[in-house]
Amino acid sequence: MTPHHDDERSAPAVERAGREPARVGVRVVRFGDAALLVELDDLAAVRRVDDALRAARAAARRAEHEGAPPTRRAQDDERVTRDAAADGRVLWSVVEDQVPAAETVLLRVRPGTDLRALARRVREVAQRASGAADEPAVERPLVVLPVTYDGPDLREVAALTGLSVEEVVARHVGATYTVAFGGFMPGFAYLVGLDPALVVPRLATPRPRVPAGSVAVADRFTAVYPASTPGGWRLLGTCPTRLFDVSRDEPALLTPGTRVRFEVAR
Amino acid sequence: MTGSSRAVEVLDPGLTTLVQDAGRPGWAHVGVGRSGAADVGAWRAANRAVGNDEDAAALEVLMGGLRLRALAEVEVAVAGARVAVTVDGAEPSPGAARQTGAATTLRLSVGNVLVLGRPERGLRTYVAVRGGIDVPPVLGSRAGDRLGGIGPAPLAAGDVLLVGDAHAPRGDRLPDGSPPDDPALDDAVLRVEPGPHAHWFEPRWPGVLCAPEGFVVAPSSDRVAVRLEGPPILRTPRAQGRELAPIGLVPGAVQVPPDGRPVVFGVDHPVTGGYPVLAVVRSSDLDLLAQVRPGDVVRLALALPRVR
Repeated sequence: MTPHHDDERSAPAVERAGREPARVGVRVVRFGDAALLVELDDLAAVRRVDDALRAARAAARRAEHEGAPPTRRAQDDERVTRDAAADGRVLWSVVEDQVPAAETVLLRVRPGTDLRALARRVREVAQRASGAADEPAVERPLVVLPVTYDGPDLREVAALTGLSVEEVVARHVGATYTVAFGGFMPGFAYLVGLDPALVVPRLATPRPRVPAGSVAVADRFTAVYPASTPGGWRLLGTCPTRLFDVSRDEPALLTPGTRVRFEVAR
Repeated sequence: MTGSSRAVEVLDPGLTTLVQDAGRPGWAHVGVGRSGAADVGAWRAANRAVGNDEDAAALEVLMGGLRLRALAEVEVAVAGARVAVTVDGAEPSPGAARQTGAATTLRLSVGNVLVLGRPERGLRTYVAVRGGIDVPPVLGSRAGDRLGGIGPAPLAAGDVLLVGDAHAPRGDRLPDGSPPDDPALDDAVLRVEPGPHAHWFEPRWPGVLCAPEGFVVAPSSDRVAVRLEGPPILRTPRAQGRELAPIGLVPGAVQVPPDGRPVVFGVDHPVTGGYPVLAVVRSSDLDLLAQVRPGDVVRLALALPRVR
């Protein structure tokens, strides 16, 4: 069975296939009656599409606050939705949450939203972004996190990778990472960009308690635990930086797209 | 009136009583879920009955049992799962209580003790106090998120609750009237549409998920998820052993782990999940989902969306 046939029993693509030439790599499907799921090929596409959708929403919000006349694109929307009130600003304002993950971006919207009209616009933005060059759509901040490399699994990671402990540390601080997505707990960020030599499997049995601030690796990811929790990643060290604080305007230090470097704490 | 004032003291929170409002949308990308009232309709009805803003914080009481003492003259409304309400051990007099739409409103004097009985059916009863429960908002919301540990903790005996001034200036309250019919909890039907991973499952999955026998709500169900006990839903041979990369979730998502037992996510659902989503419950049926209790039988019905 081809994947296409498979998909007919799943959430219907909101845009009918075949209306325009199928372009690879972007599929927009319903996720119930109040969400859309953008399915993409890989993390790099997720990052580009997530950035582009966020930028489109921010531009619509700015336009709304400044009372700017609808952009040319918004006028196109009016034609698409056949509803004079549903211009681009209104269209984007229904999005309440945007959740990037490994191969998808979820848009949770206000119930009652015309998902077809939104899907059309989302697909346009996503296709443009996913086909773009590998340049970031927005300026990405860089966060440097100090780490004391004293984790209980440091020696085992060295043994598993065939590297010395010093080499494991050197490779971990030698890379620049990007926050791919969050979701495990408030403020937790899955960082990609790990040196392939440091890819190790999770622990067979998760620890009942991983201390807050633990710097860890698992599979192709590295991360810092913002708070104490059970966890199965391998612990390389500890970082004193507060990653999540609800009293800050932006509570999470590591938001999707943020670049991160680790340095050996002095 | 500005600022907040002492309104009630918690004598006994019952099984669990939480402060809830509309929740905190907009933070899912950093791992903070929306949370908020599980039965939005009942929470709103309680607020409207006392003339509060519709998004004022109120109490969400699990299985009744809440006991409150009034510290001031207060007006309260009770909605959601139907419970017996007593004031100082007696049924309130007809003058002190009245039915306003889906809610019962009461006036309490200083020292009055309000007690909620146990619901015969349903799970969550909402208690709104005129002015709105005033606890410090966290990320713009007073909702207690049990999964993420954000917002106010569950109430404890001895807690003193303040009310703010979250009432509409002219009291846009519901007219008096008779209570609406109970939601059909004896025969709860949740309408679902196919989810993004329905093709991972045997083509006859609708016959299993939407069988007339329904599923039994498991004891481990809570605000995070309602777990269903019944026949397992099987994957296609091709999808067996297949791993799903983490994916964003919504309330009402019906996730099926490898054991085939469906899990319907509630308002405190994890922000992302790792198992395929077979189906999604309609938004308008989520209030009913909040009222099914362990041991209840629920049926699911396939309701295809209009795509064109």
